[in-house]
Amino acid sequence: MLQEYLPLLIIFLIALLVGIIAMLLGYLFGPKRPTRRKSAPYESGMVPYGPGRRRMSVRFYLIAVLFILFDIEVIFVISWATVVRQVGVPGLIAMAIFLGLLEVAHLYAWKKGALEWE
Amino acid sequence: MDAGMILEWVIKSVVMVLMLTGGFAYVTLFERKVIARIQVRVGPNRAGPQGVLQPIADAVKLIFKEELTPAGADKKIFILAPLITVLPALTVLAVVPLGPPLNLFGRTVNLFLTDINVGVLYIIAITSISVYGITLAGWSSNNKYAMLGGLRATAQMISYELALGLAIVGPVILAGSMSLVDIVDAQRPMWFAVLQPAGFVLYFIASLAEVNRAPFDMPEAEQELTAGYHSEYSGMKFALFFMAEYIKMIAVATIGATLFLGGYLGPFVDRFPILGPLYLVAKVVVWLFVMVWVRSALPRIRYDRLMALGWKVLFPLGLVNVLVTALIVVLVGG
Amino acid sequence: MSIGVMLVYGLLGLIVVITALGMLTSRNAVYSALFLVLNFATVAVLYMTLGAPFIALAQVSVYAGAIMVLFLFVIMLLGAEHITQRSTGRGHRVLSVLVAVALLAEAVIYILFRGAGVEMAALPSLPPDFASPAAIGQLLFSQFLLPFEITAVILLSAVIGAIYLTRRERQAAARTAAAEQPAEKPVEEPAEKTPIY
Repeated sequence: MLQEYLPLLIIFLIALLVGIIAMLLGYLFGPKRPTRRKSAPYESGMVPYGPGRRRMSVRFYLIAVLFILFDIEVIFVISWATVVRQVGVPGLIAMAIFLGLLEVAHLYAWKKGALEWE
Repeated sequence: MDAGMILEWVIKSVVMVLMLTGGFAYVTLFERKVIARIQVRVGPNRAGPQGVLQPIADAVKLIFKEELTPAGADKKIFILAPLITVLPALTVLAVVPLGPPLNLFGRTVNLFLTDINVGVLYIIAITSISVYGITLAGWSSNNKYAMLGGLRATAQMISYELALGLAIVGPVILAGSMSLVDIVDAQRPMWFAVLQPAGFVLYFIASLAEVNRAPFDMPEAEQELTAGYHSEYSGMKFALFFMAEYIKMIAVATIGATLFLGGYLGPFVDRFPILGPLYLVAKVVVWLFVMVWVRSALPRIRYDRLMALGWKVLFPLGLVNVLVTALIVVLVGG
Repeated sequence: MSIGVMLVYGLLGLIVVITALGMLTSRNAVYSALFLVLNFATVAVLYMTLGAPFIALAQVSVYAGAIMVLFLFVIMLLGAEHITQRSTGRGHRVLSVLVAVALLAEAVIYILFRGAGVEMAALPSLPPDFASPAAIGQLLFSQFLLPFEITAVILLSAVIGAIYLTRRERQAAARTAAAEQPAEKPVEEPAEKTPIY
């Protein structure tokens, strides 16, 4: 069981190693002569104004919530996809009800303007 | 499980990671050359014959560049973000078969790192964690452009992940398996792009948005956001973001070719298994060419339209495609 | 249970505990969130060692990939990276210590009285298609059909709740956007006229 997943761990470690080596190369060979001007946040040449991190629009938050809910939907669809033939028509009907309910949610979000981005 | 198997895995992993990094270098050259030709220019031609050494020259330049860390940045996360971005890009192809089993040195070698029965889910899981590097890069830079670019990129990627996930479901239904090896085998009679035209188009569009490619490269719209989430990155840290972006291009092209274009299948592949990887590479190059072509032909889409396209067009379309596919499979027994 | 398996479980358990502690003790909320992502990922690896790859990858996709993105967004949205000392009340702290002590006591009592001398059961040899996607799909559409449909209702109510909760902010944002629009109309002349070449 575990055997098939061990290679994933190995490639993760090797990918991490490659990334670290690349960063080390830059660290070792790049010059390091920071000045105050150079390390100021880039603002198209203007003097930086106000904090760099500020409160963001509530829309991003709403999109993330909707994403969680519909991501769960996608996971369920995938768990059904491999057995579409085996569960047959009853399974299809069950899935149609499931997707129908979530489509109501989707349409509700749409009609309430939660998907608008002005 | 013996030492030999572990050695095989290590060798395969190293080969895959090196192939992807080398592929990244030459995809950048390929893109610059193709775009140059489309714009009736010559493109890079100074470093080496026809500019073939250009990527190496770029790499050397980036290694010797000074790396800046903006004042007020969160240093630890600022350094961590490029690594987190590169990891999923380099590992997502671990479950994709690059060719039929080969006979090498008297033993059968499978041309995949691992074949798991939840391969498609692995791809989705890796895709879903690939947003972190970008969000964190934007947040840690302490720069307004970077922050907004990072948030926009994240919102875009999670929105298109839904459509991407649903597009992938089509081949899974047809093959009745989530293993990519099984999915390729199931395409022996017919490519899934023929049986799943809507899913194929959906995958192509959603994958463009997922890897922030034009015309969906809004997070990096230079007119309003400079370079988006990696505005403040320079030197090798910037190179890692750049690398992740191009490796993701290769990855979505390879996964797309595997799911919809028959993967390594082609004429005579059973008699000469060595043709398998060549067919796959050819399909991936064609796919990459189309991606570059789209970039040079289409203007960037506005951000509100981009989100509307994802949520109001592609997502419902994906659901309908899944239901219709399943209906046909159940009724006709396809 | 072989020594190797014990070591793997021990190591994974240690990582889970360390990341959980890191999450609790980080002063910066973004660091806390990242520790929690690591924690979820390690728990996913634990699921995998138990022979449940589907659950493991679903865990990564939904918890690490979706829910934590929301957490990060909320932290960034509120600009609440730095938690002040006073943000947790005394009552909370006392309660959490009590709960922790109770749980620890339970574990200790279990090990002392029930687990003592009992050889930890070896993993039963799993059937080859245990927890395969097909097996999960079959179960989902037979034994667990009702919970599956109820999930849809729960998700539907969650969507409605989220939209209701953000309604006021979204309206306010739309109003300010509308109010700002005309104010920006008169284009300010630049102080110095740039010469046109």
